[in-house]
Order: sequence, then structure tokens, then C-alpha cells
Amino acid sequence: MKVPLKWLQEYVAPSVPEDDLASKLTMAGIEVGERQAIGGSWEKIVVGQLVSVEPHPNADRLKLVTVDLGTEQLTVVCGDPTLKLGDKVPFAHVGATLIDGRSGEQFHLKSAKIRGIASQGMLCSEKELGISDSHEVIMVLPAEAPVGVPLADYLGDTVFDLDVTPNRPDCLSVIGIAREAAALTGQPIKINEPVYNEGGTPIERQVAIEIKAPDLCSRYCAGLITGIKIAESPPWLQQRLLACGMRPINNIVDVSNYVMLEYGQPLHAFDYNQIRGQKIIVRRANSDEIFVTLDGVERKLSQDMLVIADEQRAVALAGVMGGLDSEVSPNTTAILLESANFNPANIHHTSRLLWLTSEASMRYERGIRPELAVPALKRAIQLMLQMAGGEAAAGFIDVYPGRQEPTPILLSPELVTQLLGVEFSPDQIVTVLTSLGFNCERSASEIRVTPPYWRSDITIAADLVEEVARIIGYDRIPLTMLSRPIPKQDPKPIFRLKQQVMHSLVGYGFQEIICFSLTSREALNKAQTRADDDKPPLRLSNPMTTEQEFLRPSLRASILTALAANQRHEEGVIRLFEVGRVYLARPGDLPEEPEMVCGVMSGAGSKKSWHGEDRPVDFYDGKGVVEALFQQLGVAAKFEKGQDNGLHPTRQVAIAVNGQTIGVVGELHPEVAQAFEISVPTCLFEIDLSAVLPFASDHRMFQPIARFPAVVRDIALVVDKDTSNQQVTDIISSFPMVSQVAVFDVYSGAPVPVDKKSLAYRIRFQSIERTLTDEEVNDIQQQIMARLATELGVTLRN
Amino acid sequence: MLQQLEELKSNALQELASIADAAGLESWRVRYLGKKSALNAVLRGISCLPLNDRRAVGTLANQTKAALEDGLQQKELALREFDLAAIAGREAVDITLPGRPLPVGGIHPITRTIYEICDIFTSMGFQVVEGPEVEWDYYNFEALNIPEEHAARDTMATSWVDAETERGERHMLLRTHTTAVDPRVLETMELPIRVVTAGKVYRYEASDATHTPMFHQLDGLAVDKGITMADLKGTLYEFARRFFGEERRVRFRCDYFPFVEPGVEMAIECLVCRGAGCRLCGNSGWLEILGAGMTHPGVLERAGVDSQVYTSFAFGIGLERLPMLRHGIDDIRLFFGSDLRFLRQF
Ligand SMILES: [Zn+2]
Repeated sequence: MKVPLKWLQEYVAPSVPEDDLASKLTMAGIEVGERQAIGGSWEKIVVGQLVSVEPHPNADRLKLVTVDLGTEQLTVVCGDPTLKLGDKVPFAHVGATLIDGRSGEQFHLKSAKIRGIASQGMLCSEKELGISDSHEVIMVLPAEAPVGVPLADYLGDTVFDLDVTPNRPDCLSVIGIAREAAALTGQPIKINEPVYNEGGTPIERQVAIEIKAPDLCSRYCAGLITGIKIAESPPWLQQRLLACGMRPINNIVDVSNYVMLEYGQPLHAFDYNQIRGQKIIVRRANSDEIFVTLDGVERKLSQDMLVIADEQRAVALAGVMGGLDSEVSPNTTAILLESANFNPANIHHTSRLLWLTSEASMRYERGIRPELAVPALKRAIQLMLQMAGGEAAAGFIDVYPGRQEPTPILLSPELVTQLLGVEFSPDQIVTVLTSLGFNCERSASEIRVTPPYWRSDITIAADLVEEVARIIGYDRIPLTMLSRPIPKQDPKPIFRLKQQVMHSLVGYGFQEIICFSLTSREALNKAQTRADDDKPPLRLSNPMTTEQEFLRPSLRASILTALAANQRHEEGVIRLFEVGRVYLARPGDLPEEPEMVCGVMSGAGSKKSWHGEDRPVDFYDGKGVVEALFQQLGVAAKFEKGQDNGLHPTRQVAIAVNGQTIGVVGELHPEVAQAFEISVPTCLFEIDLSAVLPFASDHRMFQPIARFPAVVRDIALVVDKDTSNQQVTDIISSFPMVSQVAVFDVYSGAPVPVDKKSLAYRIRFQSIERTLTDEEVNDIQQQIMARLATELGVTLRN
Repeated sequence: MLQQLEELKSNALQELASIADAAGLESWRVRYLGKKSALNAVLRGISCLPLNDRRAVGTLANQTKAALEDGLQQKELALREFDLAAIAGREAVDITLPGRPLPVGGIHPITRTIYEICDIFTSMGFQVVEGPEVEWDYYNFEALNIPEEHAARDTMATSWVDAETERGERHMLLRTHTTAVDPRVLETMELPIRVVTAGKVYRYEASDATHTPMFHQLDGLAVDKGITMADLKGTLYEFARRFFGEERRVRFRCDYFPFVEPGVEMAIECLVCRGAGCRLCGNSGWLEILGAGMTHPGVLERAGVDSQVYTSFAFGIGLERLPMLRHGIDDIRLFFGSDLRFLRQF
């Protein structure tokens, strides 16, 4: 909402400087954004009057115009053919700063010769002054403009651009802002009751109003003026509309807009002679009813939309926009003026469905009050009679099915203290509320407060508390800390688990990334994730782009895309991870949202360094990270043969905790790598942290450190080629006194037979009770070998 | 005898000076200080000398021994220093070559911000909770006083999820603010409550330098007997003080959010111009940081909390803005571009 201060000052004389007023409004909830100074750059521009208009001797289309500036008369060359003797115009002296009519750039006026005649200044168009886009003609000032006075003194103003919150439709008006300014600066507000002569035939005899949808139209008022003459509005009115960002059209339309800006009540003028049957019917649209709004667009309506109709057809889309064939035209001689109130939700609904918002719909959907209809109607009739002549019909029509008596709200001063934490006296409270137009009746313990009719946002006592706080000032509320005991903590440790995982991975050299949760069908297909097999991913019903159409069921597609993108400019090792949710559909309910961690590591093996080249990443790098991670989390993870479509068929494992598969790690499937254009070996892991959570307990019991020395034995075994390390270590570690077993060499090739391989283990034997003897260890080792031989056909190497 | 000792001493010391290695020094020691050395023979023979000579010879012999031992020790020291210097010289490396690189990881600036803010609020007795990102219309809007066709919905363009639901009229959406967690907390948690929740939120918006369809917020909620707006101001001031620094001025002004009454907006003094007005702050001198207020009684009652007994405050912070302001990041899309050249800077 733009408010020119000179307009505001017609209703209130704020006792404070402009800066303070802006600051007070901002602090009270109506933020003053841009402050536009009209005429701020009008130096060396004054009001002049044409005293002679002569033809230019060397050019047919140009004129020599002499302008009286009070103290001197100067002659300029001018091309505007409409100028008349006696016109008052803005005159720019040489050196003035103006805006170029064609390019829109600022320039400094220099003295110039035009077709051989020196021009000692310039007459300005509105565009050259920066008032509007009009550049065809020289701006003509009102006849009362004082000659010789700087234009900035006469026309200059400051326009506040206010950010009005959706709860305050009353502040989408100059009077609304004036009321705020009055309360904030302690000044009275003066609004004159509009008066005019209503001499014509009683309106009831000329038009009838019927509301067929009283649930959507709580009030419909109408006035009628006949014998009007459509013309341009006077310059002062046009200037104000322009300053508020509206384009002047004609005197009738301009007045409706002016009064809307002044009172906040949208008004609509119909050409009375286009209203067939002299009847206005407020009804729901028929399904598929076609209606052409005054912007010339044909629109298909539905039954949940409200229209203003005559006996034959709709003439306006209620509260949103008028119709093309009933709008005021240059030939209009009589108008029917609507000032009505419509259901906010319905207006919002219609405007949203039709993608059509207007100054009117914006006010209606925020919920203006029906009481506003009559004062605004009267004001508009008053101004229209002044601007367009004619005769107002006697009276006005007022159909008011939605009349509601204002409900008083009981406010106890204790509630103010209870909510704000600072005490205000009943006197202070009453003073503030009264200054805002509230009616206050005091009793012993409470104040009975009736909101003024224009405040649709006040319904409960807490609303009144805010009024008190914002007018007295939020600054007056002290700073205190919560003083009651800290509530019972009921920790949801997923936050901590995520934090632990992140810190571990960062320690292993991984960089965290955050990707969009929405992804494309194409990316999902590329990653070949398991979710494709069971349930389809959740889709948005209104996706903005196909890139952001599906809720990701896996973090893989985004992290692989990120990896590929980084490989284009990154040499050597890249390690990325993301912790985030995936979305798994559940019938009839919100999706499951497990927290996942997904990591990728790739070593290009090509980074030139004096230390030698990086070794390409392989399966064991990925598995090593996962092993370290689970060790740090204190969770026992088992690795089983994996069957993940996105990973290398034989270089992957499933990670199992407590018998449940909770993740995978492995090398990327060659096809997936190709699909993402990843050309170097890459490992990927994806783990469901929500599933790990129950096992990631911090509760670990201390194990005493063994006091007796361990006996360490190294053994080299020859085993079948497809015997796994796991099979061997499972057997070895099942024996008593074996505290640790670790493979330290894997070898195949001569002299080991071709169908065999050699595995070497270091076994630690240890007792927590005593020192083991060599004989004891020899005995256990023999038992181990015996079992390995019978179960796996293992022999000792050499 | 005495003269012999003097000669022995001077010969020995002269010889010592020319020794250049440990082996030479050892043979010198055996020769002059060993059991079979002349000096040792003199010392052993002292008791056989005439009484008159014993004192003089004994004194001189002991002095000689001390001198030789002293010389030996110094020579040993000198030789060791010499050897060390030789080793150091041999083993010298180009210390300007870079070390063997370790992969360096890092936390995303948004995650870092979440941790930092959660730490501040947990120290004030708030605990971290989580809520769903795919949410019912009810929790995201209706429970927060934003019914269908409320004008406030226009400021939060919504992405809807295409899902059949048995619940009929309750539509599924991507939450537009983390405030949607508040009604769930009110419904399920035991009173009193102090919680914060952080996470992703979504808007139906095209990307540009200041908008992305996904971003992050942090919301806080406190419910107890006797909670006031002064407590809200104090709590938020404490947050601002710790996050932005002791000297930064803070402003509280009236603002509107449908789920609070009275509503507050907190701004801090502009980080660039410190209040003088600049491009960053739109010449206002202030940067809006968060929205807050006293939880609307309707929100409390709807979730089954007696608003006559309990009062409550709530606040919500947009998380991208904070690192953007702190580090001078001018394009929000960088956070979600996964570009290591960006992420490694934090
Ligand atoms: Zn600034």
C-alpha cells in the first residue's frame, strides 16, 4: 500500500518528523519499506505560465513558447501542439535533472539551439519529471498553481510504501494508516462526513437488488447518479492515483479507485443503461458460465463463484473484476455504484482458481467489514458529483443479510500482564484502545471493549493485548529468562546419532552435501535403486518441473549426480556424504521418512603428486569406512552377500544389524556409473540410520584390560579358492582363549595350487585369569587346525 | 717422578686433541686411563714411595687423572655433536615440499548452523525434536489458524503430494514451515514443554538467487504456566547475543503470523552498515532474523492445552539467511549445488 503523506495529512497531523513516523509505523506492525520522494530531484524546476505561443520560423511542427516565471520571462522551443496560452506548466531551467522520455535515463538539461533558435529551458512531461510514463504531452498544472514557485514545493510529496500484513485490510487505505498514525503520535483524526445533494428520483424506483447467495454476500449497497459527463479527472486526483501506483482512466473509475484507496472499500461503477431489467442479482455462477472480464479475457466460471448479474447475464465477477460490456465508457451518462461486502474465503477461492487478483479481491479476501460499505459509497457519490456532474438519486439501496452486532470482548488488565510480563494500568490500556477507536467500558475488574467497525482482525482478548503492546511499544516489554524448572527431557536420539555419524564421516575425509528431496524420474531410473522394484515413489500433484517431480526414495541419485559434477573440476580423491530423509509411501497414511546416510568415495588415481599417484578406490575402501563407522557407533554389524541392483554384482555386501539388513556398501554397478557419467572406480554406501538407532546405545559396560600377556601366533593356511575369510575366522574365533584373529596376507599363485589360495592369520591367545603356557596354546592351535581341516579342507602352508 | 707425570699429562692431552673418532678415543682411554696405564701404575705404586714423596706424587697423579678424565669427557661430547651434525646433514629434506595429504571432510554450512543454534537453545533447557516433512494440511495450516482460503496461504505456496488418503479431506503436502511440528508436539508431549525442531521445508517456487523450492527452518516452542512475552524477548535476545555477538543491537517489532498473538519480528542491526543503512538491509539498518510471538490460544486449545492455565511462546528462524549474512553468500542455490569449491570454504 502506497500512501502519499500529503494525502495522509488531510486526516491527521502527525506531530513527529517523517523519519519518526516511518519508524513508529514500522515498530507497530506496518512496515515502511521504500520511501519515494516525489520532486526530490526537482531542482531548478518551477511553475511557469504560457504568455505567448508563436510558430517556429524554421519548423512547422515546433512552437516558440514564452513562459512567465514570475521574475522573468524565458522562451523555449516546444513540440506539443496542445499547449494553450495561459496554461501553467513545469518549467525546467538549464542545469535541471530530468528523465529522458525515450530512454528513461537521467540527464542534465543543457542550453541548446533547436532549428536555429536558442531554447532557454524546457517544458516537462510527466515522464520527464518521473511522475508517470506519460510523455506525449507537456504536463499541465492546475490553474491555481502559483507561478514562479519551485515545483517541488507545489507538487512534491513523500510516498510511504507500506507492507501491510494480511490481518489488516483496514490498513490498505489512507484513512486506515491515518488512524494508526493518530494513535501512535497522540493526535486526533478528522474525517468529514460526506455530504451531497440527492435530488433525483428515489433509487428504489430505478433499480432493485436481490441477493440470492447471502452466505457469500453479507451486504450490497448501491447508489445511482444520472446525467453525468465522463471526462478526465482533475490533475490532483490523477496525481494521487499515480503516486499510489494506479493508472487514471476517467473521472468515474478514478473516483471509485480513489475512494477505495481512501477508505479501503472496493467500489464498482456499472453503466446503468447496460443493466438489463434494472435489476442486480447477486448469485452463484452457473456451471461453465462464460464471462468476459473488463481486461478482455473470456473466463469460464463454476458454481462456487459469485457473480453480480442483471436479469440476463453476469455483469461482474463479484469482488474480483467487472465485466467488459457493463463498464463505464466515454458515452456513459448514468452509473450504478456498487459498494458491497463478499465472503473473503470465496473471493480468495475464485481469484486463485482464475489466477486473477485485483486491488478489490486483495481487500475482500483479507476480510473488510460490511460497515464500511455505506461511508465509502457516500464519499464516492460526493466526489463523482463534483467531478462528473449529474444528479444523485434519492437515497441508496442497502441489502444487508449478514448484519452482525459487534461483540464486546472482556479484557482484564491481569491478562495483559500475564501475556506481556509487564504491568500496564487500566488507564493506560483504555487510553491506547480509545486512541485506536475502540469503545471501552470499565468495571471493577475488567474492561468491556468493543472494536471499531473497521477492525476485522480483533476477536479475542489476546488481540487487544497486542494492540496495547504495539502502541505503547514492544520496547517497553523487559527481557527476562524462562524461570521455571527445565521440563522433563524425553530425548529423541536420532538427532545425536546423525551428529555422531556426520562427525565420524568428516573425520574420514568426507564432505557433507545437502541435495533437494525432489528428483526426476530419469535420475531415479539411472540409480536403479531397490525402491523401483517394490513401491513407486511419491509424486507431487503440482510439480514445478520434471526435475522436481518425485520425492526421493533413496539418496543415491542425488549424490551420484553431485559426484559426477564435482569430478569435472576436481582431481583425485572425492568423498561426499549426505544425511537426509527418504520418503517411502504407505497406503492411506503419511509416508515413512527414515533418516539415511549415503556416502560415495572415488579416487581418480590420476592426481599428480610428488608422493606418487593415488590408488584407485575399490570395494575394501568402502567397506573399511563402514566398518570404522559401526565400530565408532558401538554397533555390531555383519556383512552378508548383497543383492543391490545399483552396485557391482560381486563387489558389494549387505550390512546387517541384529539380523536385519539396514544398508549396503560396494562398488558402483558399471551400468549405473555409466549412466551418471562416472568414469573412475567408485564406492557407495547407504545406511538406514533410523533402523540403526535402537542398537546405537551409549550404554557400554567397561571391560577390564587383560593383565596377563597374550601369546601371538601367525599361521599360513592353504584353502580352496572360494572359501571365504569369514568362514575361516568364524571357526578360529569360536575357540576359547582366542581374543583376536586378523588376516594379514592373501596370496594365490605358485607354489600354491591353482584351485587354492593362501590366507595368513595372526591369532592372539589370551586369558583374563592367568598367563597361558606354550603347551596350552599349542593344544588349542592343534584343535583349530583339526576343525579347519575337517570343515573346510584347510592345510598348513609348508 | 713428578716430571714424568707432567710429561705424561702433556703428551696425553696433546694426543687427545688430534683424535677424530670414537675408536681412537677408546684406545686413548685404555692407554692413559686404563688399568694397565702408566698413570694407574703410578697411583698403585704410591704406597711404596718414601713417605716424603707420597703426598706430592699422590696429589699430582690425582690431578693428572682428573685432567685426563675431564679431557676425555669433553672430547666425547665434541665427537657426539660432530656425529649428530653429520647425521643431520645427511638426512636433511626439503621442508618446503607439501606433506602427504589426508582427505579433509567438512560439515555443510546449513548443518553447522543447525547445530550451533540447537546448542544455544539446548543450553536454555530446550530439547531437539523432529517431525515429518510430508505433512497433513491439518498440521501445516489448519491447526495453526490457517484454514482453507486464508490469505496467509498465499505467502506459503504449497507443493501437494499426489496420494490417495483414506482420511478423505485431509490433504498431504510438503510442509511449508517447521511450525507444523508445534501442534504435533502440543498434542503428544507432556506439559511443560520446551522444544526446538529444525529441518527442511518446501515451497512451490522457482529457483533464483534468493529462493529455492527447498530450504531449512528452525522452530522453537515453550509452554508452561506463567510464560510471558518478556520471556520470549529474553530468550531470543540471548540467542541473538550468542549467535551474532555481544555488541549487536536487537529490535523487536510487531508483526503478524496467524498462529501467534501478539506477534513479534526480531531484527538485528545490519551486519554491514551497523544501522546506517545500506543495500543489504534495504537502507533500513536492520536485518529481519526471525518471527515469533505468544502462541495463539486457538492453537493451544485445538491441541488440547488449556490456554487459561498455560501460556506459550513460539519462534521460527529461516536458516539459509544466517550463513548467507555471516559469510556474504549472495546466492542461496549454492547451498544445494553440492559444489566442493563452495562447500570447502566453510
Ligand atoms: Zn545495512
